[in-house]
Amino acid sequence: MDTFLQQIVNGLTVGSVYAVVALGYTMVYGIVQLINFAHGEVVMIGCMVAFSVILALAPTGLPPFIIVGAGIAVAVPACMVVGYAVERVAYRPLRNAPRLAPLITAIGISIVLQHLALLVWSRNFIAFPQIIELKLFHFGSSDTSASISNIQVAIILTSVAMMAGLLWLVYRTRLGIAMRATSQNPQVAGLMGIDVNRVISSTFVIGAGLGAVAGAMVGTYYGIAHYQMGFLLGLKAFSAAVLGGIGNLGGAVLGGILMGLIESLGAGYVGDFTNVCFLDKFLPGFGEVCAASPESSLFGSNYKDVYAFIVLILVLVFRPSGLLGERVGDRA
Amino acid sequence: MNLAATLRTHPHARWIGLALIAVSLIALPFVLAMAGTAWVRITNLAILFVLLSLGLNIVVGFAGLLDLGYIAFYGVGAYVYALLASPHFGLHLPWWMILPIGAAVACLFGVMLGAPTLKLRGDYLAIVTLGFGEIIRIFLNNLSEPFNLTNGPKGIATIDSIKVMGLDFANTTKLGDLAISGTIKYYYFLLAVLVVVIVVNLRLQDSRIGRAWEAIREDEMAARAMGINTTRMKLLAFAMGASFGGVAGGMFSAIQGFISPESFILTESVMVLAMVVLGGMGNIWGVILGAVLLSFVPEILRYTVTPLQQWMFGRSIVDPEVIRMLLFGLAMVVMMLVRPAGLLPSAVRKRELAREPE
Repeated sequence: MDTFLQQIVNGLTVGSVYAVVALGYTMVYGIVQLINFAHGEVVMIGCMVAFSVILALAPTGLPPFIIVGAGIAVAVPACMVVGYAVERVAYRPLRNAPRLAPLITAIGISIVLQHLALLVWSRNFIAFPQIIELKLFHFGSSDTSASISNIQVAIILTSVAMMAGLLWLVYRTRLGIAMRATSQNPQVAGLMGIDVNRVISSTFVIGAGLGAVAGAMVGTYYGIAHYQMGFLLGLKAFSAAVLGGIGNLGGAVLGGILMGLIESLGAGYVGDFTNVCFLDKFLPGFGEVCAASPESSLFGSNYKDVYAFIVLILVLVFRPSGLLGERVGDRA
Repeated sequence: MNLAATLRTHPHARWIGLALIAVSLIALPFVLAMAGTAWVRITNLAILFVLLSLGLNIVVGFAGLLDLGYIAFYGVGAYVYALLASPHFGLHLPWWMILPIGAAVACLFGVMLGAPTLKLRGDYLAIVTLGFGEIIRIFLNNLSEPFNLTNGPKGIATIDSIKVMGLDFANTTKLGDLAISGTIKYYYFLLAVLVVVIVVNLRLQDSRIGRAWEAIREDEMAARAMGINTTRMKLLAFAMGASFGGVAGGMFSAIQGFISPESFILTESVMVLAMVVLGGMGNIWGVILGAVLLSFVPEILRYTVTPLQQWMFGRSIVDPEVIRMLLFGLAMVVMMLVRPAGLLPSAVRKRELAREPE
């Protein structure tokens, strides 16, 4: 039971990060019906910039809250600039081109961003400095019971705050109204006096800002950053957005959290379910393998990264509009 | 008398041209060998990439289905060859048996990928195929336990070379005074396969199937209304593209003698796609040009960038590999912005890309 609870806590933490990244995908998709392939790299750059600032400030002995806050404060505008530039260079000139064209430029841009990051931050893993003292809050009375750490609490709270902020922005501000209008019909929105180009740019910029915070959070959580980290993170977040129904903000949040839970529980339990050692009575050969390691299973936790893709494929095949979505995969 | 004009109007000009190309292709490895055997090996890899690009061109260029996990089929073909002709399982089947098996298995995987994704279009398809490619790679990486199928990240070594009538392609043969190295023999082997693949592709493009693919690419709805079985045609495109990839993978295995999941990462898929896009989707000669360019330019960079940096700054600052990838990325962006139909655009594709949005 404790293990189960622990996996749920871990899944919720990772899931809330996925949700924030997925919001970036879903916002852009909702407005221009494009998959922003480079979003994962923007998250990676956010993480890298935040790490650089945190590494530089770590020896000063300031409180960790301020150091991490400073990292995020620098990373957000940096990513916003990147997001804006990506939109201007790769998407705006091709807005009316066939779908293949912007997709290919997006792949090109993400290769360029990745290798620029490689040039700046080297191909090594960058470790997060030990500035935050890990505190565990146990759910049970014993020290072995399931627990939630202060970092996990901070990540979940930050994510919730950002989601709430985004919902407020979309449903309560003038920019939000303009965004929703543009997403429904860009031509008519233009006729109503909305500067469509500005709205689309702001969408990319806001998505990139969210991505920057998500990058800093995921880096702090895993304690490590790498120039290729954006690829898988981006794919999982995209899968989460599709799972929830792409173009739908609530769907992205739901999809992200579900994706985190699926991954965490999958890594924790699928190994046990596919344990093949019961076969040693029937098949020769398994005996020795299982004697050496009784945990021999077909799909252990090393298949963790596969689950996101399987979920993605299943959703697209059986329910292309996602759990809460209104848009259909066929229209993409 | 203008020689060029005479040649162009001569009734046999076409055949003379082909003969000239053939002679230069046959002589090429010996010329390259003078610059170093490494260049012959690079040429062999370039031919493999041409084969891969031609295979991907069927899916992306002809049928208009964006496949970002194409390298998975190359990997499947390579692993089939490695498993059936290496000490890993103690199997040593001959190459002419394995290459078709590899093509068939890759074809099966192509259908496996194609069947569930037929409904998807454009960017969704791209992401699903990308995920499929990653799944295959993760499986290759992890299928070493509980039952050791792929030997995990360590890869499979000492794979058998190709032997034709007692002639082992791994060794050097003496023909009188002329020493023909294994690499050069593989060059001829690859060249022969390439010619076959090009002919198949050219015939395919002008066939009923090729025209059906083109129709689907232009407008799937209209194609279906014209009586084309779009489901079957799209599956066929995936299957054929995959089998070409499988054959290329098998030959890669034989030539390298060692494979590991490292060779089948997403970057490779993107690279093949970049070759197709750069050359001109749907145009066979364009795709070949793109593959040759993107195979050789990085190698030339490798030999010039590092010495140039050392001469300028006294040490190597930027890894040529990074420059290569940066150029790839930039080339993809710039091509789409400036010349979206590629260096040698296909006539239809050009028309399609210039089309006004609906």
